[in-house]
Amino acid sequence: MPHTFNSGATDSRKVNGNAPVISVQDLTMAYGSFVLMRDVNFTVQRGDIFIIMGGSGCGKSTLLRHMVGLLSPAKGRILYEGISFFDAAPPTRSALMKRMGILYQSGALWSSMTLAENIALPLEHYTALSPGQIAEIVSFKLALVGLAGFEHYYPSEISGGMRKRAGLARALSLDPDILFFDEPSAGLDPVSAKRLDDLILELRDNLGATVVVVTHELHSIFAIGNNSVFLDAQTRTMIAAGNPNTLLRESQDPTVRTFLTRGKE
Amino acid sequence: MEILHFDQISDDAAIVRLSGRWKTGPQLPSASELSGHLDQTPATRRLSFDTQGLTEWDTGLLSFLKSVMRECSARKIDVDRSGLAAGVRRLLDLAMAVPEKKDAHRSTKSESFLSRVGSETIAFIQSAGEMVAFVGAACSALGRLLLRRASFRTDEFKLLVQESGAQALPIVSLISFLVGLILAFIGILQLKLFGAQIYVADLVGIAMVREMGAIMTGIIIAGRTGAAFAAQLGTMQVNEEIDALTTLGISPMAFLVLPRMVSLTLMMPLLCLYANIMGILGGMMVAAGLHGIKPVSYFQRTAEAVGLNDLAIGLFMSIVFGILISLAGCMRGMQCGRSASAVGSATTSAVVTSIVAIIMATAMITVVCDVIGI
Ligand SMILES: Nc1ncnc2c1ncn2[C@@H]1O[C@H](COP(=O)(O)OP(=O)(O)OP(=O)(O)O)[C@@H](O)[C@H]1O
Ligand SMILES: [Mg+2]
Repeated sequence: MPHTFNSGATDSRKVNGNAPVISVQDLTMAYGSFVLMRDVNFTVQRGDIFIIMGGSGCGKSTLLRHMVGLLSPAKGRILYEGISFFDAAPPTRSALMKRMGILYQSGALWSSMTLAENIALPLEHYTALSPGQIAEIVSFKLALVGLAGFEHYYPSEISGGMRKRAGLARALSLDPDILFFDEPSAGLDPVSAKRLDDLILELRDNLGATVVVVTHELHSIFAIGNNSVFLDAQTRTMIAAGNPNTLLRESQDPTVRTFLTRGKE
Repeated sequence: MEILHFDQISDDAAIVRLSGRWKTGPQLPSASELSGHLDQTPATRRLSFDTQGLTEWDTGLLSFLKSVMRECSARKIDVDRSGLAAGVRRLLDLAMAVPEKKDAHRSTKSESFLSRVGSETIAFIQSAGEMVAFVGAACSALGRLLLRRASFRTDEFKLLVQESGAQALPIVSLISFLVGLILAFIGILQLKLFGAQIYVADLVGIAMVREMGAIMTGIIIAGRTGAAFAAQLGTMQVNEEIDALTTLGISPMAFLVLPRMVSLTLMMPLLCLYANIMGILGGMMVAAGLHGIKPVSYFQRTAEAVGLNDLAIGLFMSIVFGILISLAGCMRGMQCGRSASAVGSATTSAVVTSIVAIIMATAMITVVCDVIGI
C-alpha cells in the first residue's frame, strides 16, 4: 500500500505532476434505455477532496457507482491513473479495488456479522495479519469514528447514524488511498458531522488519500472541498465544475447559485 | 349558492369567481368544468380570479387551481393570480417551483397481445441465458474452492449447516411420517383384497426410499431453505451489501453462494435418509396399529424388499435436488431488484423454480433408471 506522507497534499499534485487519480471522459450514464446524464467530464487529482453535488435524485449515487466500477458506462470511460477499470486484466482490477474504500449511502454493513467482523473482513482477505493485530486495528478504526466499544454489536442493534460511521470505519480498514463517500454526514448530528469533516481532512493530509464525496451539506462543501462537479437533473448533464468557493463567487448559472446559497439568491 | 362561477367580462377576458367552502370532498367541481367553459369561448386570452366570497379552503382549492393553471398554459391563456389570497399564491408557487419532469411518468399505454407474447419470450430466453451464466459462475467458484484458491468463512458455514440441516428436522419428520402413513393406509386397503397385507412393507419401503423420501424432502427444503436463501441474498442486494463485497474484490459467488450450495448439498442426503426412516415408521404405524402386522415382520419384509440400489437412487436424487434448490435460491436472490417488494418476488420465484426443477429432475432420473434397468 503506497502511503506517501506528504504534508500539505493540496500542493503535492503539482510536485508529482503525474496522471490524475481519476479521469472521467465523456461519460454517459443510463439505466437500460433511460439516459440519466450525458457528457460528464472531470478529473480528480491526487490529494483532492472532490465534491459531487446536485439536487436529490439527479444521479450522484449513480455517478459514484460508475466511479467504483459497479456500473459500466453506457458511453465514455473512466480512467484510474490512465487505466480503464473495465478493460483491465483481473489482477489489475483487484489491485485497484484494494486501493478504494467506499462508504455507501445506506452504510451497507454486512448484517450477519458484528461491527468488528465487518471491519476485519477486508483485513483478513488482503493481509496476513494475526487475529490479535486485526483486533487492534479494528478497535482503532472504530474509535476513529467515535464507536469505541461497539465491536460486538450487530448492524441491526445500532442507529442509522452509527451504521453510517461503522461503514466509514470499514471503508478505512485497508487504509485505501482513494475514498468514496456517499452522503457521509446525512443522519449525523452537527458535532459528529464536524468530526467527520476533520477526519476527511486528516486522512487527506496524513495518508495522502484522495477523497470523492457526495454531499448536500453546504457547510462541509465549503469547508473541505477543493474541487467539485455540479450535476443537473433538468439538463441531464454537469453544469458547473471547480472549487466550490470559487463557484459561489463567480458562477453565473442560476441553478448553481440557488443551490450554493440555499435558495437565498 | 354555487361555489364556482364564470364571468365573461369581455370577448378575451374572463373572471373565475370562487365562493363558499372549498374543502376537499366530492362536492368540489373539477377543472373540466373550466375547459368546458373555455371551449365555448375560444377567444378568451386572460383569466383572473375573484375570491371575495371564499370562506374556507384546503388542498381541494389548491389542486383545482393547479389544474386550472395547467389547462391555461396549454391553451396559452394569461392567468392573473392577484385575485387569490397570498397564502394560496405562495403554496401554488411552491408546487410549481420544480417544473414537471416530462419523462418521469412511466408510459402506461397498453401493449398489443402479440408484442406482449414477444417480449415475454425474449425475457424468457434472457432469463435462461442468465441461468446458464449463473451455473457457470458457480461451477468456476467451486473449482477455485477445490483448488484452494478461495475460501469461505467457516463460522458462517457452520451456521448454514445448522440452519439447512438440523433445524429442518422437525418439519421433515412430520411430513415424511405422514406420507409413509398415507401410503400404507391406501396401499393396505387394496392389498387386503388379496390377503397380502404384509406386502405393504414393500410398497412403503420402496416408494419412500426410491422416490418419495427425496421428493418430499426436496419440496420441504425448497419452501424452507431455498426461500430463505433467496430472501437473505435479496435483502443483501437491497442494502448494497453485495456491492460492498464486490467493490472490495471479494466475489459474492465464493463468499455467499458457495457456502450455501455446499451446506445444502451435504445436508440433503442426510435429511433424505432421515425422511426414509420416518416414512417407513409411518407405514409400520398403520400396519401394526390398524391391521395387526407385527413390527418385527414388517421390518424384515422391508429389509428384504428394499435394495441397495433403491437407496442409492434416492440419495443421488436428493443430492441433485440439493444442488438445484440452492442454485435456484441463490440465483433468484442475486438477481433481486433494489426494493422490498423485489425480495418478495425473488423468494416466490426461487420456490417455483426449485419445485419445477425438482419435478423435472425426478422425471429424468426415473426414466434413465428405467432405461438402464436399475
Ligand atoms: N436501478 C435503477 N433502475 C432505473 N432507474 C434508477 C435505478 N436506480 C436509480 N434510478 C434512477 O436514477 C436517478 C438517480 O438516482 P441516484 O440514486 O443516483 O440519485 P442521487 O442523486 O444519489 O439522489 P439522492 O441525493 O436522493 O441520493 C433516480 O431518478 C432514479 O429514478
Ligand atoms: Mg444518492
